[in-house]
Amino acid sequence: MLKEQDKIFTNLNGKETPLLEGAKKRGSWQKTKELLDLGSEKIIEEVKKSGLRGRGGAGFSTGLKWSFMPKNTSKAYLVVNADESEPGTCKDRDISRYEPHKLLEGILLAGRAISASVAYIYIRGEFYNEYLVLKKALEEAYKENLIGKNACKSGYDLDVFIHRGAGAYICGEETAQLESIEGKKGFPRMKPPFPAGVGLFGYPTTINNVETIAMVPDILNRGGEWFASLGKPNNTGTKVFCISGHVNNPCNVEEELGISLRELIEKYAGGVRGGWDNLLAVIPGGSSVPLIPKSICDTIEMDFDSLRAAQSGLGTAAVIVMDKSTDIIAAIERLSHFYMHESCGQCTPCREGTGWMWRIMRRMVAGNIKPGEVDKLLDLTTQIEGHTICALGDAAAWPVQGLIRHFRHIIEERIVT
Amino acid sequence: MWSLQRMLRQPLSRALALSPSRLAPLTARKFADQVQAQPDNVELFIDDKPVSVPPGTTVLQAAAQIGVEIPRFCYHERLAVAGNCRMCLVEVEKSPKPIAACAMPVMKGMRVKTNSDLTRKAREGVMEFLLVNHPLDCPICDQGGECDLQDQSMAFGSDKSRFTDIHFSGKRAVEDKDVGPLIKTIMTRCIHCTRCIRFASEVAGVDDFGTTGRGTDMQVGTYVEKMFLSELSGNIIDLCPVGALTSKPYSFAARPWETRRIDSVDVLDPLGSNIVVATRTNEVLRILPRTNEEINEEWLSDKSRFACDGLKRQRLVTPMIADSRGNLTPVEWEEAIVAAARALRDCPPNKLLAVAGELADAESLVALKDLVNRLGSENACTEQYFPLEGAGTDLRSSYVLNTKIANVEDADFVLLIGTNVRFEAPLLNARIRKAFIHKETDIASIGPKVDLTYEYIHVGDSASIVKDFATGSSSHEALKRLESAKRPVVIIGADQLKTPEGPALLAYTQELALRLQDKLADKEWKVLNVLQRTASQVAALDIGYTPGVGKYLQDGPKVVFLLGADAGVVTREALPKDCVVIYQGHHGDAGAAIADIVLPGAAYTEKRGTFVNAEGRAQQTLPAVTPPGKAREDWKIIREFQIPRFCAAWIQRLPATRLMSSVHLVGGRPMLRLPVRGAIPAFLGTPTSILSPNYVPDCHSSFATR
Repeated sequence: MLKEQDKIFTNLNGKETPLLEGAKKRGSWQKTKELLDLGSEKIIEEVKKSGLRGRGGAGFSTGLKWSFMPKNTSKAYLVVNADESEPGTCKDRDISRYEPHKLLEGILLAGRAISASVAYIYIRGEFYNEYLVLKKALEEAYKENLIGKNACKSGYDLDVFIHRGAGAYICGEETAQLESIEGKKGFPRMKPPFPAGVGLFGYPTTINNVETIAMVPDILNRGGEWFASLGKPNNTGTKVFCISGHVNNPCNVEEELGISLRELIEKYAGGVRGGWDNLLAVIPGGSSVPLIPKSICDTIEMDFDSLRAAQSGLGTAAVIVMDKSTDIIAAIERLSHFYMHESCGQCTPCREGTGWMWRIMRRMVAGNIKPGEVDKLLDLTTQIEGHTICALGDAAAWPVQGLIRHFRHIIEERIVT
Repeated sequence: MWSLQRMLRQPLSRALALSPSRLAPLTARKFADQVQAQPDNVELFIDDKPVSVPPGTTVLQAAAQIGVEIPRFCYHERLAVAGNCRMCLVEVEKSPKPIAACAMPVMKGMRVKTNSDLTRKAREGVMEFLLVNHPLDCPICDQGGECDLQDQSMAFGSDKSRFTDIHFSGKRAVEDKDVGPLIKTIMTRCIHCTRCIRFASEVAGVDDFGTTGRGTDMQVGTYVEKMFLSELSGNIIDLCPVGALTSKPYSFAARPWETRRIDSVDVLDPLGSNIVVATRTNEVLRILPRTNEEINEEWLSDKSRFACDGLKRQRLVTPMIADSRGNLTPVEWEEAIVAAARALRDCPPNKLLAVAGELADAESLVALKDLVNRLGSENACTEQYFPLEGAGTDLRSSYVLNTKIANVEDADFVLLIGTNVRFEAPLLNARIRKAFIHKETDIASIGPKVDLTYEYIHVGDSASIVKDFATGSSSHEALKRLESAKRPVVIIGADQLKTPEGPALLAYTQELALRLQDKLADKEWKVLNVLQRTASQVAALDIGYTPGVGKYLQDGPKVVFLLGADAGVVTREALPKDCVVIYQGHHGDAGAAIADIVLPGAAYTEKRGTFVNAEGRAQQTLPAVTPPGKAREDWKIIREFQIPRFCAAWIQRLPATRLMSSVHLVGGRPMLRLPVRGAIPAFLGTPTSILSPNYVPDCHSSFATR
């Protein structure tokens, strides 16, 4: 149970003003100059010490990612990924609109760590009001010289630009996002070379999620050890969980990693509609991770490693709760349709495979399949997974795999003979 | 402007940065000032076989080195790596996922398995996905028989289809695009490899193609319907691995296994691109490029590719003589040759004029000059003018591309004078563009402002600029860049030399080139280039033809022998009324229209002929089909005038190769030495030349029975 004073996002519910005046009261921009003066290496060291893992879904160590940036480069970029489009996820949205100064301060500190001269915030196009708030906050920061030339009088220059997306899920993929910022079609790039080597406009670039970046000021202010003391080993710190679906009180809530799923749902979201026993399954980390059935939900703890062990993932920590009234096949079919619709079409397995998968899923909803086709579908998912340029192929395959893994009996019962 | 330009160029070079070894042809040539550190090779194992390659090589290239071919669709060695087809996925030990061999740089100790279960399964999967929305209309597809998708599905695909959804929802169908009269599109067949897109934006420099839509709805096209306006557009037909882009003129014409393929050389531009002539039943069906790294790489310009339909139309198929009313009437060869021979014989040497056209091969050029000389005349000239002031054509270096086509890639500054390279020599332009993109080469142009597909400094439109450049009195940025360049190239278009200021232009260009040449550290590098306009010109000048007809026309010739001279340089109006015009060539065009005697010759696909390209490279065409009707190989026709009559049959019986071997390349120049110059065996009796007064036509000669 996270103590009130350990919370990072104290205005996550949006009760107070997101603007500078309120943000300063909540602790933003207080010691920024001192933190900037630490210098690149010490900042990275501190973040490494905190054990912060990327909050965008992949869970890669943030400090390590920063340390990949080359030291002697004429130019480097920081890109903040606010293209939050994963179904079920709405944490970056709330951070952008209620805690924009946490994000901006984090950008300044992260920019210092990787010696970036320009930072881009790539915000989802549909987040228009959030964009306005963020823009307003940025204007305030520029006005007070918190960002810009000689930011916070530290001698460090950083310009921040807000770039609005045009409504493509794939642009949340880091390299597709770079292409999009460059003005091109959002096609993910081949890796290697990784963005830390060849990124935006050909220069070294680090791409971080909004939540990751917004956590940096508090980590540096309170020390990496404080952050590491929260959560579980290797899964340290707090996380904003987005609980949606068949719960009485859908909400965003910041909690320690490693909290049990049941506690999370019952304590913050008012419990599953119709009681815990009415639970059918939960998608624990946004639409792209495999669902887990109630039997696993009873005991699972919400952190990267525990969920991975349960053949799912923490992803963006968007908990989608489904009670027993759910047609689980239709629910996953809808996700398949989403991935078909959002596949960029660049590489073959995803372009063709997501469509084919959805077609089979659609028939599956109606029970219009042959018994062998369940295995065929499972085989198709393995042909997509890991064979694509970016992770969208995996994201499309996993929900279907989860469905077949845990609810095969329902699919087979439905087959019309 | 310059910084913008660099930024625009950069994404491409970045995309290419992946595989430096793809630029190997570019870096293969080393120059004195290029000190290249040799990086240590990386050793890896492909199917347990060790292979050592330079760092930066991709797995696919490394595999190719030991003869392991990894299947691919989107990868093309001359285009940026896209890595989107996923056909080249291979298993790499200790990697959880299969990797795309076309994009993955080699790493030390990597163990690649190109034939493991995982690899095979991955390929099968990709193949299956590609076929899910492919129409499988191979029986009506022009690509059938030369389709990568067909071949690879046979080699790497599954043996059965699992796609039962065809019964429920069908397949994707895509509206065809209209990109012009040359390229036929059947976009439903597209597998989205994006080769055409990459070719258009990287090589052709026409950024018209792209993808629209996403996922299953993604389409390759121009978005707004428009013509693919590029002089290299036909190459996307070759690049397309499936039947989405096919040749419109060739559509439904033939299957590849029905055609006979003859390696030959193109003559429609001065570069002499290497081609393959595909024929069936004595008909040229299409022309494809043949790889020659030093000339055309593997591209071909549209003119060379699509002009072959003209070989079937408006041909001269029989000898003809103008009747009393001036109408050309078909006659037998014997009659035409005798008539022509008599005209030649009766003509005073100084009133004889031979004019070579743009498609004449070196053999017929030599034969014609030989004939003219034997008749005591020196009046052999070409249609295309070239100034004879100064060094004239005595030095070969004053009328060829001295830098060589391939070396242009290594230039650091190119100055174009009075030439639209894009249309005069499209593949030379593609080389310049390649240098522009990959090597940061800058280009300046003096002449009309035209779209060359790359950015260049437009110095101006006046010939006097060349003078200012030559004397160093210009303060233009381009001159400074040119003077500081380590490997400058100056290219002057031969057409520009026809103008009254032509001689001065050439002289100043030569002066400029000489001045630059003297300053170079690399003495091997050649600066001066003359870009000729026709395939025959360099050979003709090599052989000793006088460029241009002006002087001779004024002399009022009595007999004019036009060897394929169709450019309209010689007109009836310019000739005396009683002048006899003999035209020898393959098409009924300007030349035949003014002729009194027409001798039908062979086109470049119908004869074995030597052509010397703009850089002075002698190459040979091979006969792919026989000449139509009574048409014959050109040098044989001309020889008829010269050879003692009975010898004609004797020569014809000689194997063609022996005759051809008598075209000697002396220092790259073709020199003809025919066996007829030797002693004639005594048993053949006293030779009677067709030109001798007491010659009697013999209807049983080789002509009648050809």
